Amino acid sequence: MSTAIAFLTRRKGGKFWHWTDIVTWVWLIGGLIVMFGPAVWLTFSSFKTPAGLAEFPPSLLPYVTQQVRVEGYEKPLPLFNAKLADGSTRVLAEVRRIGIVSQMVDPKAPGEIIKVRIGDREPVREISFATENYTQPFMQFDFFRYLWNSVFVTVTATLITLIVNSMAAFALSKYEFKGRNAAMLVILATLMVPLSVILVPLYSIISSVGLFNSLWGVILPTVATPTGVFILRQYMLTIPDELIDAARMDKASEWQIYWRIIVPLTAPALAVLAIFSVVWRWNDFLWPLIVLSRRELYTLQVGLSIYSGELNVQWHYILAMTVVTMIPVVLVFIFLQRFITTGIAGSGLK
Amino acid sequence: MGSITLSNIQKSYGAVHVLHDINLAIEEGEFVVFVGPSGCGKSTLLRVIAGLEKVTGGDLKINGTRVNDVSAADRGLAMVFQSYALYPHMTVRQNLAFGLENSGMPKPEIATRIAEAARMLEIDSYMDRRPGQLSGGQRQRVAIGRAIVRRPTAFLLDEPLSNLDAELRVSTRAEIAALHARLKSTMIYVTHDQVEAMTLANRIVVMRAGRIEQVGTPLDLYNEPANRFVAGFIGAPHMNFIEAEVAGSSPDGLTLRAGDGTLIPVALEGTALKTGEAVSLGVRPQHIDLANGDLSSGLAASVRMVEALGSETVIHAETLGQKLLAIVPGQRRLVAGETITLSWKNAPLHLFGADGLRIGTAQPR
Amino acid sequence: MAQPKPPSERPAAPQRHDWLSVLLQPVHLVMGLADYPLRYLQKKTGIGGMAAFFLAPNMLIFAIFVLLPLVINLIYSVTGGSALFLDERSFVGADQYRQIFDCTNYLDPMSCQEDAFWTAVGNTFWFVVLQVSLMILVSLITALILNRELIGRSFWRAVFFFPVLLSPVVVGLIWRWILQRQGLLNSMLYPLGFEPYTWLSDRTFAFAAVVGVSIWAHMGFYTLILLAGLQAIPKDLYEAAEMDGTKPARIFWRITLPLLMPNLLVVIVLALIKAVQVFDEVFVLTGGGPGTSTLFLTQYIYETGFVSLPRNAGLAAAASILMGLVLVVLTLLQLGIARKNENKGKR
Repeated sequence: MSTAIAFLTRRKGGKFWHWTDIVTWVWLIGGLIVMFGPAVWLTFSSFKTPAGLAEFPPSLLPYVTQQVRVEGYEKPLPLFNAKLADGSTRVLAEVRRIGIVSQMVDPKAPGEIIKVRIGDREPVREISFATENYTQPFMQFDFFRYLWNSVFVTVTATLITLIVNSMAAFALSKYEFKGRNAAMLVILATLMVPLSVILVPLYSIISSVGLFNSLWGVILPTVATPTGVFILRQYMLTIPDELIDAARMDKASEWQIYWRIIVPLTAPALAVLAIFSVVWRWNDFLWPLIVLSRRELYTLQVGLSIYSGELNVQWHYILAMTVVTMIPVVLVFIFLQRFITTGIAGSGLK
Repeated sequence: MGSITLSNIQKSYGAVHVLHDINLAIEEGEFVVFVGPSGCGKSTLLRVIAGLEKVTGGDLKINGTRVNDVSAADRGLAMVFQSYALYPHMTVRQNLAFGLENSGMPKPEIATRIAEAARMLEIDSYMDRRPGQLSGGQRQRVAIGRAIVRRPTAFLLDEPLSNLDAELRVSTRAEIAALHARLKSTMIYVTHDQVEAMTLANRIVVMRAGRIEQVGTPLDLYNEPANRFVAGFIGAPHMNFIEAEVAGSSPDGLTLRAGDGTLIPVALEGTALKTGEAVSLGVRPQHIDLANGDLSSGLAASVRMVEALGSETVIHAETLGQKLLAIVPGQRRLVAGETITLSWKNAPLHLFGADGLRIGTAQPR
Repeated sequence: MAQPKPPSERPAAPQRHDWLSVLLQPVHLVMGLADYPLRYLQKKTGIGGMAAFFLAPNMLIFAIFVLLPLVINLIYSVTGGSALFLDERSFVGADQYRQIFDCTNYLDPMSCQEDAFWTAVGNTFWFVVLQVSLMILVSLITALILNRELIGRSFWRAVFFFPVLLSPVVVGLIWRWILQRQGLLNSMLYPLGFEPYTWLSDRTFAFAAVVGVSIWAHMGFYTLILLAGLQAIPKDLYEAAEMDGTKPARIFWRITLPLLMPNLLVVIVLALIKAVQVFDEVFVLTGGGPGTSTLFLTQYIYETGFVSLPRNAGLAAAASILMGLVLVVLTLLQLGIARKNENKGKR
């Protein structure tokens, strides 16, 4: 145990804490709180009832006041720890409140009404997860639809991206032809053209080909990612050309070379691109916001933003749906974070 | 089935000419080795035959049919690559089957062929492993197996032994020779190693700078090299060349004068060499022996270095104003700086003109 | 990306799970069937034709959804009217640009006809300056700390990277929730005697929040690149400096910083390019408000082209072209730096 502590508190140089060690750990612990804290806070909040959300100052965990059925009363009554005039404390159920006085009964002996000043009573609280925050939006609102739309866009766009980008990368890495450098240049140049610059004309193209208010209108403009072509091409350049020669001698057609040789061998890079693409498409916001104007077509991101922009924000639903929207990304973060970080560190691409 | 004819084959990349006017007829069942220093165009020539490179001029015929515009897949040839080029994501079995599946062969026949090849090459025990799990020698066998199952018109082998260690190279060389004897198919083999060429070939094609220097059986090339390049390339260690000029001629021979003025009389019939013409005299190290102090029948030389290999002794000597290498059988006690007498009494002396071309084989007189 | 070993040198992959191969069966079948027409195509067009075939889908999508819009954008910016289709729009020359640049006093956005544009430009400018400089500083400090001998470095690196993956909408909502009247910030300040405050209704604080939140959301990405740069600095340089008795501060200024400079420049330009386009998380967090205090260029383009009635595609196009010019300059700067770095690497 002591060696474990020594190991965990190991620091620069000798035995004493250097001031940089203190800065380091303050920064790291602070970072842990600042980076994870907000999302954790949001997740805890998402399990609170509207009443719990309105509470100030808020509690971390979702508490509700315990209720009890008392004989002679129709509705369940809230339970309180009441301080009585004689100084003792009893658990009582509140019948009604009149001004600053609360009329209470003992749940076990409901005959006698006890009057307590409201300052002298504390609610008896229990932890309760308001899971209806999650189930209601799916049942009553269109969130299931939005979830489905998001999944459809993400999966379809990622599949097309993988195929289209890998085909282009194959052509650009394994064939000699006129205009290869020009094609490469065009692809790199598109890195310079972000969506916000071509927003208006892209919209007009999408509408003139009839893809306005269609999920395909969201998908198609995003699939030819220059980043993807770039990552895959760099990887394919490491595949020896002799393999392709061998396959040609083996009577493989160029398509078979692509599908049977190149694609399986590029699997690691394809996996990285797939992860990137899933995160990109899942998180896309501005473009779907423009293309999709019918409620039943919204993706999660658009739906969330529209609902949260309404005058009367139903935070308990919004928070729960925000958590749902985070889930895939958090899963990617937990299981595949290493792929992404090495991918970014090497290429500087996001 | 399996004859390949090259006539006036040219290959250039833009302005760079890699192959100049190659003419060669390869007979059915022959084992032909293309040999030459790196960059001589031998690999390119093989790839041209394979169909992996397009010819820029001339005719390429397989079994009499012009195949210039036939794709690599349809030429019916199989190739073994220097890096083996096994598909890393497939098992050995899948590697062998890939080409057969592509030509639409029914599954049972594929299985029979693979089983047959596996038995022949003794690779049965690792048919379900992937190339990454195999040793270099095992990969080599699989690469050959992938060619065999195709039952090709001809086998093309591009430096197949260069990635193996020395010991394995010798044994695999013997196996390839045995394989050829058994299959009796045409094989074209590219190497830069003249020992491989000598041991394997029915005929050797020596290439330099995109041109064929000489074509012939190994012993033809060894005994009668067409020029100084072939003479120097074939045989190890290299042939010694003594630069000399013609000092005088008589009906039964010539007298040559070496760089340091020593006169060397040789017997040579029917030459038109004139006095004063520059020639070089080639003699293989193995053909030089030690004369036992009898200066009249040999050359005085001083020993620069001695390599005792046990079975033979390699002597780096200096004589006639230049360096000379001699390999003598057995063990000799010699030290650097010692003066010895070398003799080439029975050696064939290869005489080359100033242009490097062969004049003839002379005998010492 | 970290260059994985070439396939031929990797140990063979473990045998695929059966369910995966079953799952891939129909895909293989489709791809196998595709081979018949494609083999025919290859016979007709040769290998060169196949190269074109492989390249075509990607380039076609590029052409339709990137290159064509660029051209149309130019046309939009010199035509007027509220119509979307080009043939219904009339040529107006440089009117859109003239409208944008129509100001009585060039130092005061409110004196311009398109005051919203210039407000957005001003906001974007200050956002870019503050966000990039602060974020790079924070990222650099974090990277330096993560580069120390640290237990669980990859865990800590992941901690700072986490928000990068979150969607801008989620980021906006998380912080709206924290900054609202009954939010976490107020509840933490309450015990210290501060009354609850609606932070996002405060012009100054809303802007600060936008800067802060966008730093929070993106710093992990830049930290990662800087950390990679730091780890590429050979350890023996530090050891040699330590042997010479160099002070830590001097090591930082004379060794770490100069050697990190190429990465730092790349990171700065990348951050600039991103910052100029800021939109998503701000849109959700503040919606550009209160008033126009957090209205940025992309939102201006979006609102001019899509939200305000009548739609003014021409004006939006002109504004986006002006923004595009800034981005092109920044990107060329980045490519220039990248090339310079590459050349240095060669020498």
